[in-house]
Amino acid sequence: MKRRDLLKGIPVTAFGFAVNPTEAAVPAPPDVKPLKIPGGRQKFEAVRDAALNAEKFFTPHELQTVTVLSDIIIPADAKSGSASQAGVPAFIEFMMKDQPRNQTPMRGGIRWLDNTCTKRYGKPFVQCTKTQQIDMVEQIAYPAIAKPDMTQGATFFSMMRNLTASGFFSSQMGIKDIGYVGNTPNQWDGVPDEVLKQYGLAYEERELNMGK
Amino acid sequence: MDPFQIKKAPVEYDVAIVGSGAGGGMAAYSLAKSGAKVVLLEAGGYFDPADPKYITQLKWPWESPRRGASTTRPFGDFDAAWGGWDIEGEPYTTAKGTEFHWFRSRMLGGRTNHWGRISLRFAPDDFRRKTMTGIGEDWPIGYDDLKPFYDRVDKLIGVFGSVENMPSEPDGFFLPPPKPRLHELMIRKGARSIGIPVIPSRLSILTKPINDERGQCFYCSQCGRACQAYADFSSSSVLVKPAMKTGNVTLINGAMVREVLTDPASGLCTGVSYVDTQTLQEVTIKAKTVVLAASAGETARLLLNSKSGRFPNGLANSSGVVGKYINDSTGASRSAFIPALMDRKRYNEDGVGGMHVFTPWWLDNKKLDFPRGYHIEYWGGMGMPAYGFGWGIEAMNGMLAARDGSKKPGGGYGASLKDDYRRFYGAYIGMAGRGEPVPLESNYCEIDPNVVDKYGIPVLRFNYKWSDYEIKQAKHMQDTFEEIIHAAGGIALGNKPGAETNYGLEAPGKIIHEVGTARMGKDPKNSVLNGYQQAHDVKNLFIVDAAPFPSQGDKNVTWTILASSMRTSEYIADLAKKKV
Ligand SMILES: Cc1cc2nc3c(=O)[nH]c(=O)nc-3n(C[C@H](O)[C@H](O)[C@H](O)COP(=O)(O)OP(=O)(O)OC[C@H]3O[C@@H](n4cnc5c(N)ncnc54)[C@H](O)[C@@H]3O)c2cc1C
Ligand code: SF4
Repeated sequence: MKRRDLLKGIPVTAFGFAVNPTEAAVPAPPDVKPLKIPGGRQKFEAVRDAALNAEKFFTPHELQTVTVLSDIIIPADAKSGSASQAGVPAFIEFMMKDQPRNQTPMRGGIRWLDNTCTKRYGKPFVQCTKTQQIDMVEQIAYPAIAKPDMTQGATFFSMMRNLTASGFFSSQMGIKDIGYVGNTPNQWDGVPDEVLKQYGLAYEERELNMGK
Repeated sequence: MDPFQIKKAPVEYDVAIVGSGAGGGMAAYSLAKSGAKVVLLEAGGYFDPADPKYITQLKWPWESPRRGASTTRPFGDFDAAWGGWDIEGEPYTTAKGTEFHWFRSRMLGGRTNHWGRISLRFAPDDFRRKTMTGIGEDWPIGYDDLKPFYDRVDKLIGVFGSVENMPSEPDGFFLPPPKPRLHELMIRKGARSIGIPVIPSRLSILTKPINDERGQCFYCSQCGRACQAYADFSSSSVLVKPAMKTGNVTLINGAMVREVLTDPASGLCTGVSYVDTQTLQEVTIKAKTVVLAASAGETARLLLNSKSGRFPNGLANSSGVVGKYINDSTGASRSAFIPALMDRKRYNEDGVGGMHVFTPWWLDNKKLDFPRGYHIEYWGGMGMPAYGFGWGIEAMNGMLAARDGSKKPGGGYGASLKDDYRRFYGAYIGMAGRGEPVPLESNYCEIDPNVVDKYGIPVLRFNYKWSDYEIKQAKHMQDTFEEIIHAAGGIALGNKPGAETNYGLEAPGKIIHEVGTARMGKDPKNSVLNGYQQAHDVKNLFIVDAAPFPSQGDKNVTWTILASSMRTSEYIADLAKKKV
């Protein structure tokens, strides 16, 4: 237990009477596992991350649903793999724990989807045929034109789409796909000539000579 | 040991400095160089952007389980700020009807580890607004008083920019600015076509090396993560470290100063008392001179909490002005999509950590219905994807025709959606106005009578409302943003903020340029400090953060904090020499 937590437990009024050192009165047990703080993290963050990683949010069924949905949203193509191949379901699992306000919309959204699929096809989403799954997704993939009985599903699907895209394009695979080539020591010397030409733009005379 | 035992440090220092941000770092540097024995008290922990323990620069989004999301750090997982809008155990409150946000960093270097590095001088007119317009307050000093210090700060710390000869944006000693990025060229072309100037930005980033201690910028665009080459300005790496090398500085981290101590007989400061944030012990430090640089808000709090029989309203507060006239920059923004940038060629356009161009204030307020100006900052380009990438595409991809010219409703899934992310990458831009507010007596911070922090120190309560001046300025910003966006061939995103949201005017505090809580002036009846940032009531008490500033121009304030801190520190050193 950390010292801060010890102090939290003591009523404020007790301070006035404290004659004994707090430290000796309640000896802190040694930390069970020494926590390694990764570079660039504050201690409280490292502690928090370790705790979150030890928790599980999704049930196996929910995780399977998230996996199928994320691969419908970002499938593999000639250029790169699919969302699940880029580790998106694990990222979504983490975000549920990291930002708990996501939990009800996600868990409830999956339930909504299963309820609706059971009504339409007699089975929860992941057990539906591929054709049925796509038929369902078509109903909720376009929020502006979703039918009145599909709007909650459309909101859930937008959440899935946004989390999937965020997770995919911030993965190693996704960054390669999108073509981001920075984050490395570089010498910026302006927009490449052929790009300037493409857009009919040019640097000013003084800019060409700056730093020379 | 009894944690409440008061430990007395045996030595008496020449100067005790509270806070190691822009103001405190410069004071430590200048005073240590002059030979003074300095103790630098910093509430937060030690930080060095070149120590792997602290480095976040050049990390990839997948090295963060939340992909850089802002769950525990307001500007994202890799940002160098320890602290933020809310710090556990260190609350602040707002009076009814006030929305105020207070950004605090608890670390060596304060908020300069992750600040935007926009380094602008105030112009001559920024010091005499009252004379010019009849509202607000003049400074007791003018541009000529600060100019030599601005010049020296430019050379000591380094800033890039271009000579423009604009009276409202005085030139300095500039390193070469980086060339504009593609979207910046488009914005510039568009803005200029409607008479709005766009010039190279002025950031404290070393595009050329200036000494052996600091490297040159290698264009990673991540100054907010703090630079391991020390190529951008942070007080920690650029001022505190060299100051410590003199051997004249004792740095104490984890020292949360609670009170400035005074001698009841002479009314002079004798030192400060702080809480050790690790052991919770109370420690007293003796010093001949006390320099406060805890940031405008914390400095006011410290003064107001330093009550004694002789100073019943708080220290240096016989005027009752401490806490009053707090003012933050105005801010409003708009983003846009540039269809011409769809499907653009990929290349590394990281550039420096910030914009390469900006728009200085270009109009005459005499011809407008609001009295103060603003500048415009820009962003956009092919940045590193992170948490939030592609978010909200359902509101975008229905507006634009697909590759084959067909239109589909917004949202979607599958191969064509995946393609949309690729096509739209790097085609977004944004802009934000940063304007000068009118400081008002009715905007103030005070001690909350009921609330203390975890150290038992009474906390600040903010009272702040924008006036019509700022709201009208924000309206003008929004009109201007749309004109620039259209002139640059863009589609403005979202609805144009209107009267119901004060034209998108951010809540006070949000722009993180709070100043003015212990303003300087000629008259001790309505000011706290004289023109050397020395307390009228307590001659050995000085303030070197932004608390002394009667106003803040439409310029981000840090360069002026640095220049005025250097000026005050040298004044302190001169006084000491005269005594000897
Ligand atoms: C995201 C961001 C972007 C910004 N961009 C810009 C920009 O582009 N240009 C610009 O000019 N400005 C910018 N700013 C503002 C700039 O950071 C501040 O103006 C500047 O850091 C203020 O310096 P300071 O010395 O007054 O206070 P700070 O930098 O806040 O430092 C105060 C220090 O005092 C310590 N402290 C506080 N209370 C106590 C106490 N009681 N005892 C001991 N120590 C204490 C704090 O821990 C802190 O380290 C930005 C700020 C942020 C957060
Ligand atoms: S952009 Fe330049 S100065 Fe900023 S962190 Fe990167 S290398 Fe350092």
